[in-house]
Amino acid sequence: MAADAHATTLGLDHRKLAMWTFLGSEFLFFGAFVATFLLYVTTTAGGPGVEIFDIPFTSISSFVLLMSSLTMVLAHNAHRQGDLRRMRLWILATAGQGAVFLGGQVFEFTVFVKEGLVLTRSPFASSFYVLTGFHGVHVFVGILLLLSLYSLSLTGKVKKDQDLKTEMIGLYWHFVDIIWVVIFTVVYLIPEIAVG
Amino acid sequence: MSATETEDTGTDHGHHPTAREYVQIAIVLAILTALEVSTYFFDFGRIAIPLLIILMAIKFVMVAGFFMHLRFDTKIYSRLLYTGLIFALVLYSITLAIFVFERAPSA
Amino acid sequence: MSSTTTPKLRPTKETGVLSWLATTDHKRIGILYFFTTLVFFFLGGVESGFIRLQLAQAEQSVISEDLYNQIFTMHGITMVFLVVMPLSAAFFNYLIPLMIGARDVAFPRLNAFSYWVYLFGGIFLYSSFFLGGAPAGSWVGYAPLHATEGMSMGFYAIGIQILGLSSLAAAVNFITTILNMRAPGMTFMRMPVFIWMALVTNFLLLFAIPVIAVALFMLQFDTLYGGQFFQPGSGGDPILYQHLFWLFGHPEVYIMILPAMGIVSEILPVGSRKPLFGYAAVVFAGAAIGFIGFGVWAHHMFTSAIGPVARSAFALSTMFIAVPTGIKVFNWVFTMWGGKIRFTTPMLFSVGFVSMFVIGGLSGVTHAIVPHNAQQHDTYYVVAHFHYVLFGGALFGLIAGIYFWFPKVTGKLMSEKLGKWHFWTWLLGFNLTFGPMHMSGLLGQPRRTAVLPGELGATVELYNLLSSLGVIVLTGSALVFLYNLITSIKRGEASGDDPWNARTLEWMTPSPTPSVNFYRIPTITHRDEFWHRKYAEDESGKPVSIPAGASDDHDSDGDDDHAEEHIHMPDPSLWPFVMCLAFFPIAYGMLYFNPWLFALGALWLVVGYFLWITEPLAEGDDDDPEDADDHAAVGAAAH
Repeated sequence: MAADAHATTLGLDHRKLAMWTFLGSEFLFFGAFVATFLLYVTTTAGGPGVEIFDIPFTSISSFVLLMSSLTMVLAHNAHRQGDLRRMRLWILATAGQGAVFLGGQVFEFTVFVKEGLVLTRSPFASSFYVLTGFHGVHVFVGILLLLSLYSLSLTGKVKKDQDLKTEMIGLYWHFVDIIWVVIFTVVYLIPEIAVG
Repeated sequence: MSATETEDTGTDHGHHPTAREYVQIAIVLAILTALEVSTYFFDFGRIAIPLLIILMAIKFVMVAGFFMHLRFDTKIYSRLLYTGLIFALVLYSITLAIFVFERAPSA
Repeated sequence: MSSTTTPKLRPTKETGVLSWLATTDHKRIGILYFFTTLVFFFLGGVESGFIRLQLAQAEQSVISEDLYNQIFTMHGITMVFLVVMPLSAAFFNYLIPLMIGARDVAFPRLNAFSYWVYLFGGIFLYSSFFLGGAPAGSWVGYAPLHATEGMSMGFYAIGIQILGLSSLAAAVNFITTILNMRAPGMTFMRMPVFIWMALVTNFLLLFAIPVIAVALFMLQFDTLYGGQFFQPGSGGDPILYQHLFWLFGHPEVYIMILPAMGIVSEILPVGSRKPLFGYAAVVFAGAAIGFIGFGVWAHHMFTSAIGPVARSAFALSTMFIAVPTGIKVFNWVFTMWGGKIRFTTPMLFSVGFVSMFVIGGLSGVTHAIVPHNAQQHDTYYVVAHFHYVLFGGALFGLIAGIYFWFPKVTGKLMSEKLGKWHFWTWLLGFNLTFGPMHMSGLLGQPRRTAVLPGELGATVELYNLLSSLGVIVLTGSALVFLYNLITSIKRGEASGDDPWNARTLEWMTPSPTPSVNFYRIPTITHRDEFWHRKYAEDESGKPVSIPAGASDDHDSDGDDDHAEEHIHMPDPSLWPFVMCLAFFPIAYGMLYFNPWLFALGALWLVVGYFLWITEPLAEGDDDDPEDADDHAAVGAAAH
C-alpha cells in the first residue's frame, strides 16, 4: 500500500490526508449555496416555488445515488482483497448509478423549465439550479474519476496492491453522496412540508 | 491537533467491515430513506421536520463512519471533516439569523 | 538526478526556459512566485500613481472618471490577490520544506499547478484592459453594481475565481506538508513560528476560499447569464453578497497579515540574539486570530441593513480580536527588550512592521465602535487604516523577509547601505502618503470617488497634496530597492552559509540551497534547533559556542561522505503548465458564453489530467506518490 506512509510524521499517507483536508473545505462551498437557497425558498417573484418538486421522482434518484455508495465501498473491498476483476465490476456499477442520477437530474431540469422555472425567473430558481447544478458537476467529476480508475486498472497502471487509489476516489464519491443526503432533506423534503 | 504528535497513529489497520456488513448498512440506509420519503405521503404533524433532520444526521454519520471508514481511521480525518462541517453550520446559521433579525418587525 | 540510458520519461533539462516551465522544485517555484509578484507590484504601483495624480488637486480630471474607477479597482485587486497573497506564497514555497526539514512539499506537481493558475489568472484579469475595460466596481465588487458594468464584472468574477483555485490547491498542499513531512523530532511545539503562521494561514484559505467561490459564482451568473441572486427587482438581496464576500474578506485580512507576522517572529529573535519571548503565547495568539477572524465579518457592514443585534455582537467580537493581536505585539517588544540588537535592514523593516502595524491596528479598533464606524465608513480614514495594516504591516514584514532570506536563496548579501536608504525613504514615503488620509477621511473625504470635491476645503486639499508627494518618495524608494536587488543578484558580497547567526533549520544547509535541501535529514531535539547546535549554556546561563560540525547530521561543512547516497527528488513535469493553459479557453468561454470554447478548455483539462496521472517517473517506478493532488486539483477545478 502506501509506499511512503511509514516515513511521514503522522504515519498517514499524504494523499489521503490531502483528500480529507479538501473535503473539509467543501462543506463551506455547499453550505453557502444551501444557505442561499433557504434564504430564497419563498422568493419566487410570482413564478413556480417548491410545489414544483416531484418528490417521488427525486426520491428514486436519491436512492440510486445512495446505493451507488454501497457499490463504491464494495469496489474498494474487492480491491483490498486483490480482486481487480470484481473491483472493476463494482466501479462500473457505481459509475452507472451516477449516470442514472445525472440523467434524472437532466430530466428534472427539463420538466421544470417547461413548467416555467427557468434560471432567470426568480432568486428561488437561480439558487435551486446553481446549488443542484454544482452538485451535478461534482457527480460528473466523480464519474470521470471512476472511469479513469477503471481504464487504468485495465492497462495495469492501477495494481492489485494499490487499493488506496480506489479508496481515495471512494472518499470523494461518498462525500458527494452525503452532500446529496443533506440536499435531499433540506432542499426537497423540509421545504415541501414547511412551505409547499 | 496537539494530541497527534506521536508517530504512527495508525494507518490502515483495525477493523474493516465485510461485504456482508456493508450490505446490511446499506439496507438500514434504505429503510431510513423510505422513512424520510414517507413524511411526504403521510402527515407527521409537528414532528416531521425534527424527524427529517435527525434521519439526515443519522444517514450522514453512517455513510461517513462506515463507507468512508472514519470510525476505523485516525481521528485526524474526522477532525478535518467535522471542523469544516461545524464551521459551515455555525457561519451560515449566523448569517441566516442576521437576515431573520433584520427582517423581523422592530418591537 | 540520474538520467542514464533509460528513455526520457520526464523533462530532464536543468537550465533554460523549459526547465522553469517544467520545474517542480519548491525553491524554483518560490522564485517564480517572487518575480511574478514584482511585475504585478509594478503594475499596481503605476495604478496608485494615477490615483494620486488625479487626487493631487481638487476638481481636477487627469483621467476620465470611468478609467479612474477601473484603475483604483485594479489597484486593489492587484495588491491583494496578485501581490501580497502570492508574495506570502513565495515564502511558503521556499521556506516551509526547509524549515521543517523536508526535501520538497507533499505534492510538487500540484505546487507547480498552483503557480501557473495564479499567473494565468493574473494575465486573464489584466487582459480586461484590452477587452472593453477592466472591472470598475472596487475590489469588493458589491452587487448589484454590475447591472451597468457589462463584461468587466465578468472578468472580476471569473478572474478572482481562478486565483482562488490556485490558493485552495496551495492550501491543501501546504497543510499536508506541514502536518505530515516534518523532520524526525519536530513536534508541533518545536516548529518555527513562521511555520505555525503558515499553517494557520493555509487553514484560513482552506475555509475562506470556498465562500468567495460561491459569491463569485453567483455574481458570475447574475452578471453574465441573467441570474437573480442579488437583483432586488425580483426579491434578491444584495446584502447576501456582502455577507458572503466578507465571510471570506475578513479571514482574507488575516491571510495577508499572518505570514508577515510569522516572518517578523523569525527575524526579531535573530536580530536581538534572544529567543522569541513567549513562543507558546505567540503561537496560540496566531491560532486564536485565525479562529476569531471568522467571527467578525459583519463589522464591514455596520452601515448595511444587518440590524442592531448583529451590530452589537460583531462590535464585541471585533474588539475582542484585538486581544491576541496585542499579545503578539507585546511579545515582539519583549523579544527585543534587553537583547543585543543589530539594526540590519531586515531588523529595521521588522521594527517598522511592529510600529506601523500597531498604528493600523489601533485605527482598526476604532472601527469596532458602531457610531464611530458610521462616521468613518467609506471615507479615506478607512483607506488609511487598511494601508497601515497591509502596507505598513504585511508589506513591511514581507520586505524584511526578502532582505533576510536573500542570502539563503542566492548565497549573496544585499547592500546594507542601499537597504537602509530603502528603509528610511520607504518609512517616510509611507507615512507621508497614508498618514494624512486619517485626517482627510475624518474631515469627510469619500473614498472611491474620481474627483476630489472642492467644497471640502483647503485643509483636505493640502492633505491630498501631501499624499501625492508621498507617492513620489515611495517611487524613488522602490527604485532603490530594485537597483539593490538586481545588483546584489549580479555581484553581491558573498554571504557564507549563515550570515545572520540564525536559529532555524533552513540555515543549516549551504547557501544557496542545494537542490536536495538537506543531504541528510536532521533529527530535531530543540525549538530553534540550529541555535542549539551552535551554542550550549554554561553554568551561568550564558551561551557558549560549540565547535562547528559537532553534531553528526550537520550539513554545511562539506563532508560529503554521503553525497553519493541516492536521494529521490521529485521529477520535473510539463503537465501542470500544459494543463493550466486550459484555464484560458475555460475562462473566456464562460465570459463570452461560448459553450464550444468552454468545452475545448474542459476537454483540455481532462486530457491534461490523464497525461498527468499516467506520467511515468524518471526512474521507472510507476507507483506514483502524487496521485492525490490530481484528485484534489480536479475536484477543486470543478468549482
